[in-house]
Amino acid sequence: MASTPSSSVTTLAVQRTLAGRGPDWRGTIFALLLLGSIVATLAILVTLLADQFVRGWPVYQERALDFLTSPLSSNPAKAGIGQGIVGTIMLGILVSIFCFPLGILTAVYLEEYAPENRLTRFININIRNLAGVPSIVYGLLGLTVFVAAFAALGFPNNGRNIMAGALTMTALILPIVIITSAEALRAVPRTLREGGYGVGASRWQVTRKLVLPAARSGILTGTILALARALGETAPLLLAGAILGTFSSPGGLESLLTGPYTVLPMTVYDWSRKPQEEFRELASAAIMALLVITLFFNTLAILLRNRYQKQW
Amino acid sequence: MATTTASGVQSTLAGSPGRRRRESLIGRFFFLAALVSVVITAFIIFTVFEQAVEFLLAIDLSQLVAAGWFPRRGLFDIATLLIGSLIVTGIAMLIAAPIGILSAIYLAEYASQRVRGIVKPILEILAGIPSVVLGFFALTFISPNVVQAINPSATGFNLMAAAIAVGVLTIPLVATISEDSMKAVPLALREASYGLGARKVTTATRVVVPAAISGIVASLILGISRAIGETMVVAIAAGASGGSLRSWDPFAPGQTMTAAMAALATGSDQVTGDSAAFQSLFFVGLVLFVLTMLLNVAGDVFVRRVRQTY
Repeated sequence: MASTPSSSVTTLAVQRTLAGRGPDWRGTIFALLLLGSIVATLAILVTLLADQFVRGWPVYQERALDFLTSPLSSNPAKAGIGQGIVGTIMLGILVSIFCFPLGILTAVYLEEYAPENRLTRFININIRNLAGVPSIVYGLLGLTVFVAAFAALGFPNNGRNIMAGALTMTALILPIVIITSAEALRAVPRTLREGGYGVGASRWQVTRKLVLPAARSGILTGTILALARALGETAPLLLAGAILGTFSSPGGLESLLTGPYTVLPMTVYDWSRKPQEEFRELASAAIMALLVITLFFNTLAILLRNRYQKQW
Repeated sequence: MATTTASGVQSTLAGSPGRRRRESLIGRFFFLAALVSVVITAFIIFTVFEQAVEFLLAIDLSQLVAAGWFPRRGLFDIATLLIGSLIVTGIAMLIAAPIGILSAIYLAEYASQRVRGIVKPILEILAGIPSVVLGFFALTFISPNVVQAINPSATGFNLMAAAIAVGVLTIPLVATISEDSMKAVPLALREASYGLGARKVTTATRVVVPAAISGIVASLILGISRAIGETMVVAIAAGASGGSLRSWDPFAPGQTMTAAMAALATGSDQVTGDSAAFQSLFFVGLVLFVLTMLLNVAGDVFVRRVRQTY
């Protein structure tokens, strides 16, 4: 029994059988294929980023501050992304105000309050389907509902203002916020709630003092990801009133809210359609700014999630 | 005596009337918030439907079959757009399906915890890149360096470049959903496979993949839905913003449903005067909405089947 493995003929035979029939070519090829697909994805991402950097960086070297603050112009030597940056920041703020409370309240209702009935199931299915509606269809909603409503209320510029755009984006990311928040709430263990009820807390007290704080980081991750999506989205705003082309912004909060507006992705789209080579360089430079903003929020969300993962 | 105590305890447990009223008010308030998403759906369906029907009533139905899609000339050949969407989605899935599923197998079965911690965020970063950026990349990089290298006679704007970029955009979605479904396969199945002497490759392809097949199918269906609905990539890279003849050539400019909508939207100032061309936007939107909705429902059915099995 105590003999070393090499001394036993039986052990040798068993070892040889367990080790298999020589080198595993099929397995090696398959593993290489898997690795190849990952590397291909990575290579595409690196090529994309490097391509933008190579084309766009000279613009920043030449006129960094000027490019970041100048308004749109048909002259590529003067055109900048100032209006796009202001619009994107405004849009982000407005969407956060409109969407996050609404989305989180809905998630709380569905997870904590809703009775198990047909209506709740219908709302749930409805939200899941909304999440899969193509973004440009939300543009139709923005045009016929939000822009039309602002126009009917007598707002200038035919109702094509950033509030209509933000409401459209709110409709677009609302399902994402609801679904991710609901998942975070569902991850909170039952025992926490039961403990709360056991000491006589009401449903609202349990929700506010126990469940929401416990789900906070998950909810935050979802909302930040949704915000990043809204800031990078272009298609709905084509219909919901963002300006494609040049315009003048007189400044002041009122014109910011009710005047013509554009956002960074719109500027990228506008410039990418222009035939002059100079505008392609500007487009790459604008893309760099856009990526800095959206990837900042994406990275923030990923870091948040990794940090708070597996609490329970 | 006993009954009075019981009712006393019951009324104490139920709380004061004020507290109960407050609680039910809060509940109703939350319910109102939840109704907003239903209202949004209703608005989408109503407005899109209404205008699409008006469009169909305004035009001669024979205009829906023509040599191509030229809304400003009254030619509304929806088949042109469906073919464009089919070409883009088909090629995109030829890229996204193998790369996405293989990446998922790698992440779920092969990668060490450390490698996963690096690769997963990279996929998420790729998913976070705005589509307008990929559209620009398709036009300025993929079209000259990839498509025209394969087929030198391809035009600068072409469906192929757009389709490749849409495929890249769809990879993270396919990979994430497939990986989730493979992770949901119980460890016992893998152990049983190893116990029978199967190798890793056999375990992955003959045990894990078949067990996770409904999730993988769901990832493909949802990927198709995502690819059909992608707008900016095609609007930038496929050209043909004025309209397109019916064509099956992926190396030529072309239009998808989404790109046609974007083209109508960006020219909306000119189009608003021409009500039929403007309303065709809603007709195309309706077709797109119904198509993606059907795909999403189908995908959802498959996703839920995974949850029920394990």
